[in-house]
Amino acid sequence: MKAFKTLDGLVMPLDRSNVDTDAIIPKQYLKSVKRTGFGPNLFDDWRYLDPGEPGQDHGKRRPNPDFVMNQPRYRGASILLARENFGCGSSREHAVWALEDAGFRVVIASSFADIFFNNCFKNGVLPIVLDAAILDLLFRETEANEGYRLRVDLEQQTITRPNGETIHFEVDEFRKYCLLNGLDDIGLTLQHADEIRAYEDRRRREAPWLFEF
Amino acid sequence: MSGRTLYDKLWDAHLVREDANGTALLYIDRHLVHEVTSPQAFEGLRLAGRKPWRTASILAVPDHNVPTTHREGGVEGIEDPVARIQVETLDHNCEEFGITEFHMDDARQGIVHVIGPEQGATLPGMTVVCGDSHTSTHGAFGALAFGIGTSEVEHVLATQCLIQKKSRNMQVRVEGELGPGVTAKDVVLAIIGEIGTAGGTGHAIEFAGSAIESLSMEGRMTVCNMAIEAGARAGMVAVDQKTIDYVAGRPFAPTGELWERAVADWRRLVSDADARFDRVVTLDAGAIRPQVTWGTSPEMVVPVDAAVPDPEQESDAVKREGMRKALAYMDLEPGTPVTSIRLDKVFIGSCTNSRIEDLRAAAAVVRGRKVAANIRQALVVPGSGLVKQQAEAEGLDRVFLEAGFEWREPGCSMCLAMNADRLEPGERCASTSNRNFEGRQGAGGRTHLVGPAMAAAAAVSGHFVDVRTLSES
Ligand code: SF4
Repeated sequence: MKAFKTLDGLVMPLDRSNVDTDAIIPKQYLKSVKRTGFGPNLFDDWRYLDPGEPGQDHGKRRPNPDFVMNQPRYRGASILLARENFGCGSSREHAVWALEDAGFRVVIASSFADIFFNNCFKNGVLPIVLDAAILDLLFRETEANEGYRLRVDLEQQTITRPNGETIHFEVDEFRKYCLLNGLDDIGLTLQHADEIRAYEDRRRREAPWLFEF
Repeated sequence: MSGRTLYDKLWDAHLVREDANGTALLYIDRHLVHEVTSPQAFEGLRLAGRKPWRTASILAVPDHNVPTTHREGGVEGIEDPVARIQVETLDHNCEEFGITEFHMDDARQGIVHVIGPEQGATLPGMTVVCGDSHTSTHGAFGALAFGIGTSEVEHVLATQCLIQKKSRNMQVRVEGELGPGVTAKDVVLAIIGEIGTAGGTGHAIEFAGSAIESLSMEGRMTVCNMAIEAGARAGMVAVDQKTIDYVAGRPFAPTGELWERAVADWRRLVSDADARFDRVVTLDAGAIRPQVTWGTSPEMVVPVDAAVPDPEQESDAVKREGMRKALAYMDLEPGTPVTSIRLDKVFIGSCTNSRIEDLRAAAAVVRGRKVAANIRQALVVPGSGLVKQQAEAEGLDRVFLEAGFEWREPGCSMCLAMNADRLEPGERCASTSNRNFEGRQGAGGRTHLVGPAMAAAAAVSGHFVDVRTLSES
């Protein structure tokens, strides 16, 4: 997994709550058996005026000029601002792959759906939960100032606004450690293989029917 | 020490280790796999030179992508080449790693959350995971069941464990008696309407109370299925005699002396009387009416005899804007009575409502009636090949076909429209599935979520109708 330490990035506001994973990456793209290449289809239904199908040349499609991602001032954004319950819906990790592929490494919202939140950490994307009031402020500042950037420091757990003021955010200790070091958590778990086997031995005696199929 | 909740008990029994900061390794008993969220996980396994930890814990089935017509050609016959590759990839991966798979032409094939319980592959007291958010369905059996992402699928394949933090305990009690014509789907939609789609975030929800106890196992599965729509990764119901009777004799269930031992163990899978929940929400069953969603989030729901709400009455600015966007997408005016909403398509199926009980409920409404002239397509997609066989043995297929419904092969179908079954832009659908998100059933499609009897009533009427009034006629 890609490590994440700090990021100084352009901010893109997506002023909606309940942005679901179908909106982040529509189902027709889930037919791919790969992890990459989903970026051009991030927010596909909002982003293009014509319907999208896998394998199309997305450069030739008609972008929706009203959708925030198509506004030139947000080109190259790597920090996404959203509202509550971001990433709700299906467990598709493709949603995070699409965000990552499109260049987003940080998503800031007032709340996230659990599975999406989890999937972010597995892919080097940092989801940050902020208070709705602070989020409001960031939305206002982003919209008012072209080229608005934030600096995110995972080690310090801070977001620095252009005026130098910092906002603290919470992050789970273990996830922070994995993200800072880009660790593969399967490798970490396998360090406990003996404990897993000991558990299985005990469990096999207590509840043998769980091992009988 | 206060008592433990059902969730506490399931959690404790599967704890391999726990760090001081609460990060835990949780052992997984049952891993269900389908074609859409697994290819990258198997690929990861291969690249790292790893093997599945316990192959026997895995059961695989293609469901999301499979066609619901013309199965004669088998996998090679899948017209969409991209979908075909995905189903073939699952077949190859299962063969390579020695994993049990119900292939597309197997009568046991069906939606992963239907076949797990049907086969007894889901047992009380298990941890059940699947790369699919509706894994919460299996919680109906007093199991801890939740959806995971593809990286986690790979993690479970490689280690039989997941890295987890314990959720908070939430109890949703539905007390009293459900009125006639009010189903499990109405109960869960009413719950989501009450607590919101983020209401259960960070929590494991136990559904309890006399109305939940009165539900069949099928009904409990419908409720747990949509726990994820209330923001909770896991939903569950305590074990009782109904649970045990349902599991008895299923192909993967234990037998003989092992069965007796298992049952004795399962009877303990209830929350202790003095267990403490972080949050308790109580609903009055008698007040629940048949529900219909009007917007693009399952929480945007009203009783069938109500009207589409007015955003101007909403005080929260973000919510108001969300309602406006939803109404624009759904092409609805505030104040419109739900019963005057006309429909183009009807879909009866999905892991929420495609079990035999659901098909019986829909058929009971349809019997002797015809699909209304303005309905372009009315689909019934059984949850599994075995549900389909059972329905055919009861003559339900004839009831649907004679009324003008299409009777299809099992799969996810128009629930997410990954195959050919979908809404065209602007089409409006009464659907027994679980998500009414923008474009969920096809780009530009408009979805109203309802229970199976309500969907059937809408099909024969051409618009929504309170099924309670229809059945009296
Ligand atoms: S029926 Fe729908 S919700 Fe259920 S598993 Fe299939 S796609 Fe997901």
